[in-house]
This record gives sequence, C-alpha cells and structure tokens, in this order.
Amino acid sequence: MTEAILLMLGIGATCGLILAVASKVFYVYEDPRIAKIEGLLAGANCGGCGFAGCSAAAQAVVEGIAPPSVCIVAGSEAAAQVGAVMGIESSTAEPLRSYNNCDGGNRAADRYFYSGISGCRAASALYGGRRECKIGCLGFGDCVKSCLFDAIKVGDNGYPVVDEDKCVGCGACYSACPKNIIEIKTVSQRLLHLNDELDALAPCRQRCPAQIDIPRYISQIKKHDFEGAVRTIRERNPLLLSCGRVCPHPCEDDCRRGVADDEPVSINQLKRFAADYEMNSGSRVPVRCAPATGKKVAVIGGGPAGLSCAFFLRRVGHDVTIFEAMPKLGGMIRYGIPEYRLPKKVLEWEIDGILNLGIKAFTHVKLGTDITVESLKSSGFDAIFLGIGAWKDYGLGIEGDNLKGCYTGIDFLTKFSVNQQGDSKLTVPIGTKCAVVGGGNTAIDCVRTLVRLGVKDVYIVYRRTRKEMPANMVEIEAAEHEGIKFIFLAAPNRVLGDDNGQVKGLEYLKMELGEPDASGRRRPVPVEGSETVIEIDMLITAIGQGPDISFKDKEEGKRISELKTTRWDTIDSVDPITLQSNIPYIFSAGDAATGASLVVEAIGGGRRAARSIDLFLKGEPVVAAESTLFGKKKISESIFKTVPGVKKTKRTPLPELPVKERIKSFVEADLVISEKDAIFESGRCLSCCRLCYNQDQ
Amino acid sequence: MGDYIELIIACIFVNNILLAQFLGNCPFLGTSKKMETAVGMSMAVIFVLVLAGVFTWCINDWILVPYGLEYLKTISFILVIASLVQFVEMFLKKSIPALYAGLGIFLPLITTNCAVMGVCLINIKSEYNFTMTLISSFAYAAGFGLALILFAGVRERILLARVPKPLQDTSIGLVTAGIIALAFYTFKGMV
Repeated sequence: MTEAILLMLGIGATCGLILAVASKVFYVYEDPRIAKIEGLLAGANCGGCGFAGCSAAAQAVVEGIAPPSVCIVAGSEAAAQVGAVMGIESSTAEPLRSYNNCDGGNRAADRYFYSGISGCRAASALYGGRRECKIGCLGFGDCVKSCLFDAIKVGDNGYPVVDEDKCVGCGACYSACPKNIIEIKTVSQRLLHLNDELDALAPCRQRCPAQIDIPRYISQIKKHDFEGAVRTIRERNPLLLSCGRVCPHPCEDDCRRGVADDEPVSINQLKRFAADYEMNSGSRVPVRCAPATGKKVAVIGGGPAGLSCAFFLRRVGHDVTIFEAMPKLGGMIRYGIPEYRLPKKVLEWEIDGILNLGIKAFTHVKLGTDITVESLKSSGFDAIFLGIGAWKDYGLGIEGDNLKGCYTGIDFLTKFSVNQQGDSKLTVPIGTKCAVVGGGNTAIDCVRTLVRLGVKDVYIVYRRTRKEMPANMVEIEAAEHEGIKFIFLAAPNRVLGDDNGQVKGLEYLKMELGEPDASGRRRPVPVEGSETVIEIDMLITAIGQGPDISFKDKEEGKRISELKTTRWDTIDSVDPITLQSNIPYIFSAGDAATGASLVVEAIGGGRRAARSIDLFLKGEPVVAAESTLFGKKKISESIFKTVPGVKKTKRTPLPELPVKERIKSFVEADLVISEKDAIFESGRCLSCCRLCYNQDQ
Repeated sequence: MGDYIELIIACIFVNNILLAQFLGNCPFLGTSKKMETAVGMSMAVIFVLVLAGVFTWCINDWILVPYGLEYLKTISFILVIASLVQFVEMFLKKSIPALYAGLGIFLPLITTNCAVMGVCLINIKSEYNFTMTLISSFAYAAGFGLALILFAGVRERILLARVPKPLQDTSIGLVTAGIIALAFYTFKGMV
C-alpha cells in the first residue's frame, strides 16, 4: 500500500516537475495582450474574421495584421475595448450581413422536391443543382444548418430568410451554399451593386433604369409588409413618391404577365401605394447610413440625379453637400413637372427625408457664377458630381420666334412654378389661344398647365402623328380628355406678329410621313403649298432641351475647361456605366449626361455615379464588370415569347379625378389605389425570377 | 522478421483498433466528416501513440513490475500519457512550429483518448518486448489512420446519397462503420 502511494506520488511529482521545467525551457513569449484581447472576442471560433479561431485573431490584432474591429460577432463595443488594449482608436467597419438573392416565390414546394435528398450540396453534386435555373436556390437549407447564430431559417416561401439582427456576417452560410444564393455583403456593397448577367433577375428588374428589386417589393406588399416594401424600393430609388407619380414605368412593358397576352402588373401604382403609405403613416421608415469615411463630395444640382447620388453617397458614409442654383431643391421634378402631377407638398416631404440623413444643401448657388469647380476642389471636396440637368430649351429657329408672347417650354414651366411656389413675383402673361410646339412630356405639361389657367383654346402642334409622340401615353390620353386640340403633321414655318410685336398667328406646313429615320420613326416630309395659319396670342416651344454648359467657359484655362462634352452639350463619360468624365474626379448623371430623359433614368444614373465616386474615393479602379447589365442588354434566357399557365385578369385601373373637376385647379389629378386594390394587384404579380414564375392556378 | 510482419498485419487489419476492438469511436465519428481533418487526426495519433506506447512500456517494465505494482498500470498510464501529450505540445510549439501548426489542434483531443490508452494496455497484456511494443504501437496507429481515412471517404460519398431522414448523419455513420467492420471481420483467422 505504501509503495503504491509512494509510486503515484512519485510519478505525479515527476510529471509535474518535468512539465514545470518544460514550460520554462520551451517557453514561447506570448504577448500578454493576446490573452486579454482573446477574452474580449466572442469566443465563437466562427472564423468569420478570416483567421483560424479567436486566439489566432487576437494574435493577428497584436501583430497589427488585423484591426481592433476584427471580430464581427462581438460588435462595436468590444472593438472599442480591443482598441483600448492596443492603445489605438478603433474605427468600426460597417458590419457584413448575409443576404439571400433568390426569391422562391410560392412555388417552393414544386421546385424543391427531390426523392430523399436532404442537402443542397448533395443535390447540387447529383443534379448539377439545376432545377429551374442554374443559379437558383435549392431550398434544403444547408445555410440554415451552417449558421451558428440561428440567424437563417427557411421562410414560408421555401427560400432562406436572414434575420438581420442576429446575423453577424461570419460567412458560414455563404460557404455552405453550393449555389451562391447567399451573399455576404455590407449594406454599402448591396446599395451600390449593379445588375449583373449572373444575377437572378426578373425581366422587370432588368428593364428598370433604377434597377429596383420589383418582385421583392411587390411580394412584401402582398404580405402587408408595406414598410419592408418602402425599404426595398429605397435601396435603389430614394425618390419613390415622385417616381410613383411620374414614372412612365418602362418595367411594365417587360412584365411577364404582359407577354402572356394579358395586362402587365401595375407596378408603378404599387410603388406609389407603398410610398404614399409611408408618407401618410406619419413616420418615416428609418434609413441606415454606414460609419463616416471622412471623404467630402460636392453634388452640383439638386435634381433627381443629384439627390439620388447624394442619397447613396451619404448612405455609404461620405460627407455630401448639394449646391443648387434654383430657390429650392428638386430640379426638373420641382420646376418642370406641374403641381397637378406631383404636388410640391409631397416633393417637400420626400426631399426632407433625404436631407435628414445629414446632407447639407445650399440653394441659390450657381456653378460658374457663385462657385467654380476650382473653388470646390480647393475647399476640400474630393470628388464632384455634376447633375446640372438639361435646362436650355432648343429654339424653333424660324422667323418671328422671338416676338412678344413667345416662350420656351422649360422656361415657361419654371417661371410659372417659381411664381406658384411664392419664390418670385414674376408672372407669365397668359393668352387666350395658345399653341405649344412639340410632342414630348414638356409640351404636354405646358398644355395641361395652360388648360388649368383657363386658356380656352390650347393646341399642340406636332410634326409627326400621335403614334410617334415621345410623351407618355397616359399623359397624351389625359391631355385629350382635358380638351387639348392636337394638330398633327404640322411643322411651324413662321410666327406672325401684329404691329406691337405681339404674336397673332402661327403659320405651319402640313407634312406627310416618309421613310423611317435613324430613330426608327418615319420622317415627316413637308407638303408643297400647304401653308396654314392658326390664330394664337401665345406660343410655347417645347421641342427639346439640352444642358447649359456655360460654366465651362467661365473657368478659362482651368482644368474644367478640358471637360469633354458631346455635340448635344451633354457631359461625355468615359463609360456610360461608370459615368466618370475625362477629368477623374468629376462625375455626371441625369439629363446632363444623357440629354433630356426620364426621372428614373436620372435616379439610376445618380446611383451608378455614387458607386463610381465611392470606388474613386477608395482608390480602386472605377470600372464596371464586363457582365454588368446595362442599357438594352438583357439576360436572353429570361425573356420569354410565351408564358404558359397564366390566366387573363384585368389590372387595377388608375383612379383619377374627373376631368371637369381637375381642369379647374392644380390639385393632383391621379390618385393612389386603395389597400385592397394594392393587395389584389400585387397578387397578379407572377413573382418572376430568372426563369421561374408562379402560374395561375 | 516473419513475426514482426505478422504482428504488423495483425495490428493493422485483424485486430484493427477501431473496427475490431471498437476503441476510439469518439474521434472516429467526430473527425471523419472531412478527409482533410481525418488525415490530420491520423498523423497526430501515429505520433502520439508511438511515444505513449514506448513510454508506458518503460514505466511498466522498469517501475511497476519490479515493485509488483501492476495493478496501478491504468491510473499511472493516464497520468503519464496526459503529461506526455502536454509536454509534446509545448516541445513542438517551441522547436517545430510547422509540425505544431499541423497537429496542434488534434493533440489535446488525444490526451484522454481510449484508443491510445487501449493500445498501451494491450501491449502490456500481450507481454511484448520493447521492439514489439514499438512496432505494435505504430501499426495500431496506422490501422486507426487507415480506418479513419476509409471512413471519411465513405462519409463524403454518403453526402451524395439519398439517405432517409431518420438515418441521416451519425446514424448512417454508425451503420456504415458497422458494415466496414464486417468487411474487416474477414481478416479474422489470417494470423
């Protein structure tokens, strides 16, 4: 017995002694801070930081390889404490979040049936993972199983839903998914992502110039998640109230329901419904911004392009200042779009929401007069965005077009609007018989404004036919209802004046349509000896507009005078996707870059420019991936000729004020659809993705 | 020489520590999901088992047997093996950091591993001499590695198979282990 005790003690003592000696002999110096920092990290060993476990991460921090904010799980407070241990200030990086980009619609049950397999990896290995389309979700939830933080579950629709509050962005789901459905991105990366050929995009999403995730917000409306819908729209479009009212919705032209010989989903009405819901709810859906980057950007022009660019730059953490020449922000959507289409009160609310993010704005500041590119550069702005719009009307260039009573479209609308908003006493004398030359939206806005001002006879003089009019069809129809007289196939020849130099008539030549021109529209050819005169006392020319680039000449000899412009006076970009000009720190979008175009085009351009500016400020090359979807480029496999399984249903009609009522005032003419209608209309959406869609039962 | 070859074959195939004696099932199931891990674990087991086998033989032959204290072998072996692994870990960290980086995470797993303990006790029970102990320790560990790597390969393939829900993961793992063990059963009688 004694021997046994002695032996055990002996062995114990020997082992202890050897280990003690060994720990001295084989001692490896370890910075005491490593242990301290390891205590502050989450201890989840999730590997999200990119190091092999928490102790490796702690070691990396001490060695200065990793920043104090290395741990994505522990959060910003722990990062500050780690920073304190290291004696350095921690700048918290924007957190990474997981994001699912495949929307299973409600066809999950049909799509995700494989006899017995229960893992995405296995399904992917066996079948190449192709069920509907080669990039879509397989729905077995490998991502759910991989998540250490219980942040992903498979939602009602059968595709993964990420709980953003629980997600720490460790990337486990990303590596578990064999199909790249789950993306790990910061909010900024997501906001600035451009549509790509490899994305799971429905046809409407490919068409929308602002690249809004249309199926997602429609499905959110369907689920009564109106705030979610607002948030989805705002990831791509900060001017949802305005767009919901004035957008000519090119997306609806590509709606798959429309292809099926049915009426397309009323996408824009749904957008307006969600936007109005937010405004009428009395509180704004919170918008998150990334931590400040300390970079300053000047946005010149507070129109849709400028506001969109400023919004996205602010959201990714840059310091943005807007300079606007007019008395208020909004640009063309404030001064060019009349009150009855977009009430100023609504616009005001929308712009306030954008400025509330911490964007500074100065009005009455004109580029070239009050500020110059040079002065902005020297006052510390790192990049400059030119969203100066297209405010210079083209003239008719015919005899007598400068007589008293002759105006140009934008000039007229702006003067009238400034006066209406009480920013100036200048009024435009209105006649009794007015003619507006042109067939675009500006012309329609002019005539509909004139009708509301009580002008008896309002004519539209257009040199082609109704079919060729570039204005939105809804607008043309509304103008017809309001009693506008259309004179088609008429080219103004000469403006006649009386002895006082006042307009008294417009002589035009009748035209006939000839061969199609470059734009595909048939070119009008004048008919000899067909001169006709209409009696008028006011003439508005609205035949198009271009940017006013006189600021360039005011800085003679400076760098800005080298800015490349096209022969239409628009600012020339190196690449129409990145919108960077030939001077690297100058970017442009909107009408200033494209010539007069859609609001939604300007918003999309503003976001693309914001992306390029962000890349430029980070010192990365300002380029777009080759597979970027832009312009007319489409994912060809997603564009169908026929869509089986779709039953015809009537779309929700657009509610509007009766004609008699609306032509008396500037009260908004188009109304918002009811919640019931919105739910019905959202139910018409086929929840399309790249290839799949919900069939009508 | 023939004895040694016989011993090696017996240890690796006939009396395979995992599939014939069912020792060390914990790492067998735990580290066999990925081939990479399985290989790392096998290496670590070979390394530790050879050391432990030799050490415990020495303890037994030089201390326990002369004093007639054989009944203490289990408890003293636990102490010795645990200390040994700790020591080796420290030694590697200081002297061979590359090897430590490769085996590091597996070493603590083996500290209280029954396969290691089992082999040491079998060596004593079979009354092997020093050379035989050395060879049997290595061969048992190699057998462990062989079984583990085979099993990891099979499990990676199982991922692709249509496994009914109640049998998924560990259950099918155990069934598979049983079938592989059955295959190894055919070696019985070879030696």
